[in-house]
Amino acid sequence: MSSLRKALFYRIDGVVLLLYVLLVTVGILAIFSVEHRTTDITIFLANKTYMKQFMWFGYSLLFGFVILLTDSKFFSSFAFLIYTIALAVLFITIFAGVDVKGSRSWLGIGSFRFQPGEVAKIFTSMALAKFMSLPETNFKTLKDRLVAVAIALVPAALIILQKETGLALVYFCFFLVMYREGLPNSVLVIGFSLVALVLGTLLIERKVLFIVLTVLAVVIGLLMRQTLRRRMMPRIILVGAWLFCIIFSQVAVPFAFKHVLQRHQIDRIFSTIGKEVPDEYDKTMVAGEEKKGNSSEYNVLQSKIAIGSGGFWGKGFLNGTSTKNQFVPEQNTDFIFCAIGEQFGFIGSAILVILYVSMMLRIVFIAERQRSVFTRVYAYCVACILFFHFAVNISMTIGLMPVIGITLPFLSYGGSSLMSFSILIFILVRLDADRQALIR
Amino acid sequence: MSQAANPRQYVISFIFIGIASVILLRLFFLQTFEAKYKIMANDIAIYKKVVYPPRGVITDRKGKNMLSNTVIYDLMVTPHNMSKPFDTVQFCAALDIDKKTFINTMRRVYERNIEVRQSMFMEQLSQEQTARFQENAYTFTGFELVERNIRQYDHPNAGILLGYIGEVSPEMLKKPRYASYRQGDYAGLSGLELQYEEVLRGQRGVHYLERDKFNRPRDPYKGGILDTQEVAGKSLQLYLDADLQAYAEKLMANKIGSVVAIDPQTGGILAMVSSPTYDPNLLRGHDRAKNYAALYRLATRPLFNRATQAMYPPGSTIKPFTGLVALNVGAITPSFGYGCRGSYNACGRSIACEHKDAGHAANFRLALAHSCNSYFCHVFRMTIDYKNFGSVKEGLQTWHNYYNSFSFGVPTGIDLPFEKGGFVPDSAKYDRMYHNVWNSCTVVFVGMGQGELLLTPLQMANGMCIIANKGYYYTPHFVKSIGGHADTVLKKYNEMHRVLNIPDSTFNIVQQAMQDVVESGTAAGAKLDGVTICAKTGTAENKAIVNGEVIKMPDHSMFVAFAPRENPKIAIAVAIENAGYGATWAAPIASLLIEKYLKDSVSVKRKAMEDKMLNAHLINKYTYTIDSVSRLHDAMVYQARMEKKYATDSTRRAQDSAIFTHWVDDRLRNIKKQNLKSTKK
Repeated sequence: MSSLRKALFYRIDGVVLLLYVLLVTVGILAIFSVEHRTTDITIFLANKTYMKQFMWFGYSLLFGFVILLTDSKFFSSFAFLIYTIALAVLFITIFAGVDVKGSRSWLGIGSFRFQPGEVAKIFTSMALAKFMSLPETNFKTLKDRLVAVAIALVPAALIILQKETGLALVYFCFFLVMYREGLPNSVLVIGFSLVALVLGTLLIERKVLFIVLTVLAVVIGLLMRQTLRRRMMPRIILVGAWLFCIIFSQVAVPFAFKHVLQRHQIDRIFSTIGKEVPDEYDKTMVAGEEKKGNSSEYNVLQSKIAIGSGGFWGKGFLNGTSTKNQFVPEQNTDFIFCAIGEQFGFIGSAILVILYVSMMLRIVFIAERQRSVFTRVYAYCVACILFFHFAVNISMTIGLMPVIGITLPFLSYGGSSLMSFSILIFILVRLDADRQALIR
Repeated sequence: MSQAANPRQYVISFIFIGIASVILLRLFFLQTFEAKYKIMANDIAIYKKVVYPPRGVITDRKGKNMLSNTVIYDLMVTPHNMSKPFDTVQFCAALDIDKKTFINTMRRVYERNIEVRQSMFMEQLSQEQTARFQENAYTFTGFELVERNIRQYDHPNAGILLGYIGEVSPEMLKKPRYASYRQGDYAGLSGLELQYEEVLRGQRGVHYLERDKFNRPRDPYKGGILDTQEVAGKSLQLYLDADLQAYAEKLMANKIGSVVAIDPQTGGILAMVSSPTYDPNLLRGHDRAKNYAALYRLATRPLFNRATQAMYPPGSTIKPFTGLVALNVGAITPSFGYGCRGSYNACGRSIACEHKDAGHAANFRLALAHSCNSYFCHVFRMTIDYKNFGSVKEGLQTWHNYYNSFSFGVPTGIDLPFEKGGFVPDSAKYDRMYHNVWNSCTVVFVGMGQGELLLTPLQMANGMCIIANKGYYYTPHFVKSIGGHADTVLKKYNEMHRVLNIPDSTFNIVQQAMQDVVESGTAAGAKLDGVTICAKTGTAENKAIVNGEVIKMPDHSMFVAFAPRENPKIAIAVAIENAGYGATWAAPIASLLIEKYLKDSVSVKRKAMEDKMLNAHLINKYTYTIDSVSRLHDAMVYQARMEKKYATDSTRRAQDSAIFTHWVDDRLRNIKKQNLKSTKK
């Protein structure tokens, strides 16, 4: 065995680490391009955000090095314990949290602040992996499935109580992991269909959606005509699903908007997807009431302007007029993608997207080569968390999704975000280094 | 533990790739097809800063500044960028205006311009306003101070020549000359400022700057490669002598009339006064409109440039030219004499002459020196009846063409806008007037400078140049050099116009006669020690309608001269309205100006005369009456014209022309009758 067990350095996965360093570097450069002014005497200015991010990168590497030196069994052994502590901290945060923009998701210790919800993802992943890898767990039973769902969603519930809904949504990505471990196909299909239906109802015009849904149903019917001809059940399911979608999008939602919801609620819903309230839902204004500027709508518009004005080749490094001059709100954190889109255009954006996808696919590849279930499940958790953050963040900057405060992994400015993603990656690398061993 | 590959890893990988593809697709459409975002990005982030270069400076012949620049600030507003809600109270306090003014101004801004364009909010802030605004500038987003160079008249003289600048009007913007101007730009509106607008203005610079979301300008956009640099306006050097101009204006104070002094050797104008004058500094700054209205209402009309626009009968000052034309066509010789006995009776009616003694018109020199009416009436008749021309119509036309070549009856082409041409009658005019029945006797008065003949003082001075130069002149002009060297714009002023082909000996006779006028004739008061002045006085009869009657007004006092006789340096024309004899007022003023110009100061001996001229108050009491009547007349003519215009417009609309037009004509006739009645009252 000793010949197989090479030194730790040779066993760590270089591809993931390389992609990690690349992405963080792109992030620091993106922040630099936004912050830099031609009038600056030097680029090394301690009060600039990019220098702080650089500092956080250093801390992350240091922390990562420490993780690489720990024993891989440590993570599985302490998974439940750390998870419990994390839950406790999340619970405390509901009451002791610092109020930031209406949410109490931040904990302050002295001048140091961090978001437990951001870090709890790591421990939830570990707990889920630990639970799945337990010998007594049989994921085919409903009881164990429910326990797994509970492990994933309890932190989400606590985060919702902190009024940080966007962050809580991340925990739904664990369903994808559970799907890999044996949830039925229908869960995935139904889940995706529901998300698509809700987004479609809000984003697409009603008549267009009706045609799309009907065409979709007819196409599926034609493809499955053999099955449909023979048995009754699929016919009922198809017609029932089509009817449900039509009723939901054509009748239920308009009815709710017209008669049930209040004006401010409608405004809220449409503002989170960055759209103006359609005329038909626009309740007549009460005399004297002024229409308020819609901040999310403004954010998305500015973000779209920045990205759209980049064109195919981009405006060039340090030439982003929209991002450099602070037109895009939150542009160092949630909207950092605008800096890339504006300065490097479609080419730069596509390369970035490819970098992310390569990283996720590499992690899936790593997951599948593991001997131990713990590492496999953990790796899937990492891949799915990355995927969720990446997809939702970029979609919201280009108006495909509602604006929820979710960071772009490795690129967005912020100690909590960068640290937690770094830890996720380094634990994965550490576990992967012992892929031949059986970790329980 | 080796397992068979789990198919679900591919499903998950497919989901990753699928969603990423959707994102890429959306990005592709957003970034390559939706051009509107590019425009929007430029709109929000690029700030076009217009830099106005300083306008050209105008200096006199000695390099003394006449018109220069100082810095003031204009407040511009872009309503679209104004913060909402806007702190009106603080803003009004800073600018020291009340809320009503603010609202009215903003309404005007909205009416005149679209929201996203920058428009003028307040012109030319005072220093206190500027300071108070700058203190709180960051709270007034949408407002911006724009530095402008304002004109500074270094002496309160020559306002009518230098002109003034003002914001371009919407009407002006429609003209091709102002194609490159925008609302809010300044342009010359009169005088040299208007004439040399393109030269003085320079070139506007446009700087593209990036701005941030607080509307603060930051780095130059794309490193400034799109910027155009502003080019300062070129300076003008004039022939004008600032001291002479100031002195001339002082002498002309409390008189209505004008003085034009030209350097005959170049055509450069040394002084030009249209009295009464005004302080040009009134017509700058934000009180311009108010002051302009006040000046416009004055009965003495200071904004009317009498030197180039007022047309006077030249009186006896025209006699040298009557003679010169006659000599040139060969109708007379210098030795031609006429036996005048105190009046000219050859045309049935008696035309009085001031001299009765025999032989005062024995030859051309004597007749001109004595200003014999009979002689010049006769010579004029001889000219137009001259056998070579065939008929009196031909003769008059030839005479008319001669005068036109002297630039009498046509604008001289001076570099001042709105010049009038005077009037020299031609055959067609008399055919109309007398229904084709007229002869040389009918029009005989023209020979002595009365009748239909009208000249501007500039034309009279230019005529003196022709005699001083013995047969040629340069188009009178102000500008000596543009930006320090002769510009192509000025080329046309270097052309010599030779208009008479008479031997110098004949000119010597004319000049000798005019010298006699000063030394022993009517203009003895103009005599100047050590300088030979050649001159001709004139006393022009004129009439005006006062209180509904045509009455004979006091004569215009006219005087034309040049000096010295050899190598002439100054030709001058002085016209003073309704002041009496030319010798009494115009001659001494001209003489003093010649002395001032040639000797740089006025001798002590002539102090008494100078004081008399300075203190004379020669504004006719009728001026005010005539002015109000003529304004009333103008208003009524305007009203009638507008009414006719409206009527024709509505006729066109109504399509029932015949009956309606008759009605309109009746109505117009009635209005004219009423006008006449009210004028008589």
